[in-house]
Amino acid sequence: MIQAFAFYLFASIVLLSAAMTISSRNPVHSVLWLIFAFFNAAGLMLLVGAEFIAMLLVIVYVGAVSVLFLFVVMMLNIDFSQMRSGFVRYLWPGLALATGLAIEIFIAIWSWKAGGIELGRRLAPIRQDVPNIEAIGNLLYSRYLFVFEGAGLVLLVAMIGAIVLTHRQRSGVKPQDIARQVARRPQDAVRLVDVPVGQGVEL
Amino acid sequence: MIGLVHYLVVAAILFTMGVLGIFLNRKNVIVILMAIELILLAVNLNFVAFSAYLHDLVGQVFAMFVLTVAAGETAIGLAILVIYFRSRGTISVDDLNRMKG
Repeated sequence: MIQAFAFYLFASIVLLSAAMTISSRNPVHSVLWLIFAFFNAAGLMLLVGAEFIAMLLVIVYVGAVSVLFLFVVMMLNIDFSQMRSGFVRYLWPGLALATGLAIEIFIAIWSWKAGGIELGRRLAPIRQDVPNIEAIGNLLYSRYLFVFEGAGLVLLVAMIGAIVLTHRQRSGVKPQDIARQVARRPQDAVRLVDVPVGQGVEL
Repeated sequence: MIGLVHYLVVAAILFTMGVLGIFLNRKNVIVILMAIELILLAVNLNFVAFSAYLHDLVGQVFAMFVLTVAAGETAIGLAILVIYFRSRGTISVDDLNRMKG
């Protein structure tokens, strides 16, 4: 009973906040609705017992991706009011296409349900006595080790790519040159002068 | 009781909303990227729901990889957006014709 209530609560809020994300006038509001949608999707995943993925959703999506969106929205000085001009023009074709897509997906779900497909063999059966995160860790570091390394490589490439793309050489600043600092010797930098009394020194 | 089909329907509607979002916000690349995030969230929801109801953990592992790709895609997309805005002063999709594609 409480599960059904929680499911309908989370599901309705996810769908509502997704609708607000795509229709909101202000992109900052869009990002905030997106964060709300992620939170409730995490709740939905929690209901079926996927705790690790749910927490990962909160950490990665809410903690990193949405904050990145928020940074970019607030950093760029964009006039968002003139961006809405095509909204009505694309509304009907978009709605038609989305409805068609939804009907196709529902037909797929319906036919899948009618067939009653059973898995021939389970690759990694869920055991009730092993915690979710432990089971995922066991799987991830044994059978899917290379895929896991590949995911790490994807993140590395994304990180280097983002840095290379947004890095720019500024002119007129004095950056630290570590090689020059290290190569500097005392005899090049310091000169000892005997100053005669009453005459001063010519530098 | 909540079954697998409930989850599939929610994910289908979420996916459709993501596609609709790409159409509605033709001018604003940031909201298009957010719509792509919604699509990937729907896919993740499907993965996790199938994983739970078929009692197979592999779906959750692959949901993690989808999450990885989504994070990388967002980082690269926003980086491209920032350098594009820096050089052109606009992020409208209609003006993205630099490569004459």
